[in-house]
Amino acid sequence: MPVAVEPTSAPRTPRQRPAPHPAARRKPAGRAHGLWPYALIAPAIGGMLYLLVYPLVRAVLISFQDFRLRQLISGNAEFVGLRNYRTLLADPRFWEVVRRTFLFMAVNVVLIMVIATLVALMVERLRRVGRTVVLCSLVLAWAMPVVAATTVFQWLFHSEFGIANWALTSIGLDSFERYPWFANGTAAFAILVTLIVWQSVPFAAITLYSALTTVPLELYESARLDGAGAGRIFRSVTFPMLRPIFLLVFSLEVIWTFKAFVQIWVMTRGGPGDATTILPVYAVQTALSSQRYDLGSAASMITVILMSGVLVLYFRQMFRQEDETR
Amino acid sequence: MSTRTVRPVVPVRPRLRRLPLNIAAAVTVVICLFPVYWMISTAFKPSKDIQSADPQLFPHTWTLTHFQRAVDADGFALFWRNSILVTLGAVLLALLVALGAAFAVARMRWKGRRQFMLMVFIAQMAPWESLIIPVYIISRDTDMLDRLPTLTLIYFMITLPFTIVVLRGFIGTIPPELEEAAQVDGCTRTGAFWRVAMPLLAPGLMATSLFGFITAWNEFAYANFLIIKQQDNRTLPVWLSSFQNTFGTDWGATMAASTLFALPALVIFLLLQRHVTSGFAAGAVKG
Repeated sequence: MPVAVEPTSAPRTPRQRPAPHPAARRKPAGRAHGLWPYALIAPAIGGMLYLLVYPLVRAVLISFQDFRLRQLISGNAEFVGLRNYRTLLADPRFWEVVRRTFLFMAVNVVLIMVIATLVALMVERLRRVGRTVVLCSLVLAWAMPVVAATTVFQWLFHSEFGIANWALTSIGLDSFERYPWFANGTAAFAILVTLIVWQSVPFAAITLYSALTTVPLELYESARLDGAGAGRIFRSVTFPMLRPIFLLVFSLEVIWTFKAFVQIWVMTRGGPGDATTILPVYAVQTALSSQRYDLGSAASMITVILMSGVLVLYFRQMFRQEDETR
Repeated sequence: MSTRTVRPVVPVRPRLRRLPLNIAAAVTVVICLFPVYWMISTAFKPSKDIQSADPQLFPHTWTLTHFQRAVDADGFALFWRNSILVTLGAVLLALLVALGAAFAVARMRWKGRRQFMLMVFIAQMAPWESLIIPVYIISRDTDMLDRLPTLTLIYFMITLPFTIVVLRGFIGTIPPELEEAAQVDGCTRTGAFWRVAMPLLAPGLMATSLFGFITAWNEFAYANFLIIKQQDNRTLPVWLSSFQNTFGTDWGATMAASTLFALPALVIFLLLQRHVTSGFAAGAVKG
């Protein structure tokens, strides 16, 4: 793999880093650039402030206000302190959604990590042709646009003409004859999980495989000489070597679960009933469908707080790697 | 699998030993490709074969009528144009802004450089799904709802951090001596950058902007909630997601539309396969 020569933003193990170009370091540190650098980053800073920081601040403010359709039109919303948060936390439906969000996240992330690890280990053991073919098909699955993939899955699981029902019926499971997947909460949940796992495994598997190729073969040889079995080798050699990448992929996958908003919105809008409503879906439903912008913002802020735990994990890992390249 | 059989030395071993491995590989390939294949093959099948009790894995007869219907559908050309406009605008803007910032970070020493990069990394993980509500309200207050420039700006911000990070990497690999030599020969600093570094940067710029292109091309949530009344300003993903309004139960046309929508992304990814498999896109492209 031509990883080492490629400048990337990707997590990588330190050994693999290309040595920084000597010239980059020789630059006289004291040379004054004046205001140039600040002028060059000004547009980027401006964009971040207006399009990222300002909306975030606005969301925090709205979550402390009484903000409904009337305030949206006439302005001058009134501050109500923590009332919105109290309303949410007292709502059993909200807790149901939180519980479901964690379930959704856990199922997805566990499946993605396990399958991706297995696929990565498999790809590494394949010969050249097989490896290329598998990598190509992983890339194709990854490239499939979210909305297109979601539409295709709706067609695969179509109750009348869907190939899934046909396949299940033809192997003798007659109860799947015209089975309406999207009318049943658990079934719709399962399809969304399948879709997200199908879309997420390629990235995770390819990243883990790239990392696997950097583990020195001698380590495996000496482990084998010491009489270690396959499972033992994975636990004592592969996993510790790949730990940083595992952590990065893991936290990215957790964070990306919230992006499943799109799949859920396109496929089920959170239904049937509430069966596939996770936090971001709930927030948007509350704000834009029931015009409770205040409650929706509060729910969004709670989502961000829950996510930031994982984000901290991600950034710690990211900056550790970033520092190693300095 | 008790032994490793990777890389150069391939010991003579019975084919049978490798059988489970090859079966697993085949299963992986089929699972990855089947939905894509099914989308394309449904798009080419005549309607009576689509709506039959026995789906055919391989179409016997091929037809282009579904594509015809998708392309002729109301507004298809318009939404295609909108998507292209928004996406190109966002990518070019991001490229321009990122080039300056990446140059400052990679080539200059200044106070706050590290803090700036921290900010970029944090911006890369921005919880866009949780910002829909305030962005909607801000756009409404500033009279930017239902307008394509709003989407362009947001997609610009979504792709910007990744573009900065990657370009910084690319610029870092170009030795500054090259430009210094050009400056000695009488180029201005900017002139040296454009004439010497830019040609070397071209492949990097290309790959980066293609990934940005895909991100913006696929974006659904903001396009769906910020373009409400002006239906003429919708983009392709939103149009596709409401296919039932357009095509009813015509799955052939729906799959044809999906194919047309997915094609650019599939082609770009295959072209960039080397970058993709080296983990280049980590954190940037996700659906």
